[in-house]
Amino acid sequence: MPAARAASARFMHLHQPNTAGDGLSGPAVPLQDITKDQTERSDGTRFCIMNLHPGGHRLGMTMAEKILARASGRANVRPGEHVTAAVDLALTHDIFAADLFDLLSDSGFTCPWDASKVVVVLDHLVPAPTVVAATVHRRIREHVRRMGIVHFYDAGAGICHQLLPERGHVRPGMLIVGTDSHTTTHGALGAAGTGIGTSEMAYVLATGRLWFRVPETVRFILHGRLRRPVAAKDVVLSIAGRFGADVAQYRAIEFAGPGVAELTVAGRLSVSNMAVEIGAKFGFFPADAKTATYLQARTGAVVAPFGPDPDATYAATHEIDLDALAPQVALPHTVDNVRPVSEVAGIAVDQAFIGSCTNGRLEDLEQAAEILRGRHISTGTRLVVVPASAEILREAERCGVLATLVDAGAIILPPGCGPCFGGHQGLLGPGERCIGTHNRNFQGRMGSPEAEIYLGSPATVAVSALFGRITDPRRVLVA
Amino acid sequence: MRVINGRVWKVGDSISTDLLSPGAYAYAPLEVRRQHVLETVHPRFAREARPGDVLVAGRNFGCGSSRESAPENLKALGIAAVVAESFARIFLRNAIAIGLVAVTCPGIGAIVEEGDPLDLDLEAFSVTNVRTGASLPVHPLSSEMREILEHGGILAVLKALGSRSR
Repeated sequence: MPAARAASARFMHLHQPNTAGDGLSGPAVPLQDITKDQTERSDGTRFCIMNLHPGGHRLGMTMAEKILARASGRANVRPGEHVTAAVDLALTHDIFAADLFDLLSDSGFTCPWDASKVVVVLDHLVPAPTVVAATVHRRIREHVRRMGIVHFYDAGAGICHQLLPERGHVRPGMLIVGTDSHTTTHGALGAAGTGIGTSEMAYVLATGRLWFRVPETVRFILHGRLRRPVAAKDVVLSIAGRFGADVAQYRAIEFAGPGVAELTVAGRLSVSNMAVEIGAKFGFFPADAKTATYLQARTGAVVAPFGPDPDATYAATHEIDLDALAPQVALPHTVDNVRPVSEVAGIAVDQAFIGSCTNGRLEDLEQAAEILRGRHISTGTRLVVVPASAEILREAERCGVLATLVDAGAIILPPGCGPCFGGHQGLLGPGERCIGTHNRNFQGRMGSPEAEIYLGSPATVAVSALFGRITDPRRVLVA
Repeated sequence: MRVINGRVWKVGDSISTDLLSPGAYAYAPLEVRRQHVLETVHPRFAREARPGDVLVAGRNFGCGSSRESAPENLKALGIAAVVAESFARIFLRNAIAIGLVAVTCPGIGAIVEEGDPLDLDLEAFSVTNVRTGASLPVHPLSSEMREILEHGGILAVLKALGSRSR
């Protein structure tokens, strides 16, 4: 049989309704069995085997390969293969949820394959800035009720990519798809998170499955430790600048090396969040002791370490020296147009933005407060701060960070995406310039196409707000 | 599958989903959204594109968001295919998922100018500039992608599944 027809037959098996269980999704390997190598007999029963290649020795797998093999019921997978994988968690938000649920209904499905595996978050346009948005939100709430979706976070709870880790939805080894490109964030906890569109998500909600190309993996080995105020954000900006916005196109990224243990979970979430900005399908950190501590607090579960096999094969390996890293900034209009802050210091900014799924976490707000304590931002510069979740807002209030920021002249917005994607709450006029902690500086992203967006760490953005000009945070904070 | 013959529109590298579908129009109807496609970098495109035209792009086309409105807007303008030096992953998946032909063709920018007639052969996986005769191979589409395109999009696949499950 020609290869194309064989592959087609594999895809077409999804068209055969399964009479058992939920009716559509075939058997998937339970997540707790992730460490076992499993495969499926032709009659659908499962068995465990060692992951052997025909020569008899075991094939080492990357994190992406392990997860896609497990989720597709295969003993092993190799880059370039296409698999149909069972999805462990499906995430959607207010921009797409209403249309998505309509598409699902229009396609003949009244509810998701597993309502407990779906998370719906209202985060992009909250609270509703227009009647249209309010109407869409209302439709979403109705769909959620009707479909019996358990995990629904209404306006004000926070950004989906903060809520998923914070509320204990993510565990290492999961396959997570979201109708949001920054679903790569969850790689920080060892999960395969990736963005898909609305139509593909409708397919996932109906069947619990989706086709994936097994990606090659690019490995970044981190050495040393960050010298404050240099932050995790500077690591990922530096990688984008050095290797380009398509270095990981169609590929997975894995971070490895002794420097990983030096990064906080919040820092790892920042880095994995921006993996998509260099083209990546997944952006993994291994799940280590820090991951386990974080997840135990969030889920109550004891989480085993999860990482690549030591003999996994990589498409490329790059070494990153954290000790030598200086604060970085991405210049308009691409994320890989990166320079050390010191080279562009002095450029005046109209607005500074601290928030987003990249850098709206407590340690980000604390870093800004440390710089702005007892000071006031520059006249003529606005500082917009958006905590990434209600929990972060509450915690920032409790520890005095919020008061410090307000005293310094910050505008505090409710938890959510804020102005990041250009919907509302602090858009830019023609000729205006903004420096933000978010993840994209594309032309027209935050309002006028004649505005300019620069990206930096919370420390760089806070100190730039303080002086009204792009400023190296080491001018205020010395390691 | 088939041969697409269309007139070329040409854009450069790193065309983002914000340029293809600005966030300000997130909830706007398709008739409105399609009027703003690429307005920042190629203002004539949305006004003058005709059904059957082909968009030729540089590297990392469609980088950014998972918004399906990016390929959807192009399809709504009647664009028959996007041929790019390379695609951002989500855009490529979304294009195929909604039934818009999107193929990768390293070197395409060097062999076509805007306005050229282009043949895209989806059986032989090649493109030919009809004006100059220059030809290049394109990356073959996977069997899943071909199957989805043949159905007209993944929702058509799903509908067939839904009707069978009832």
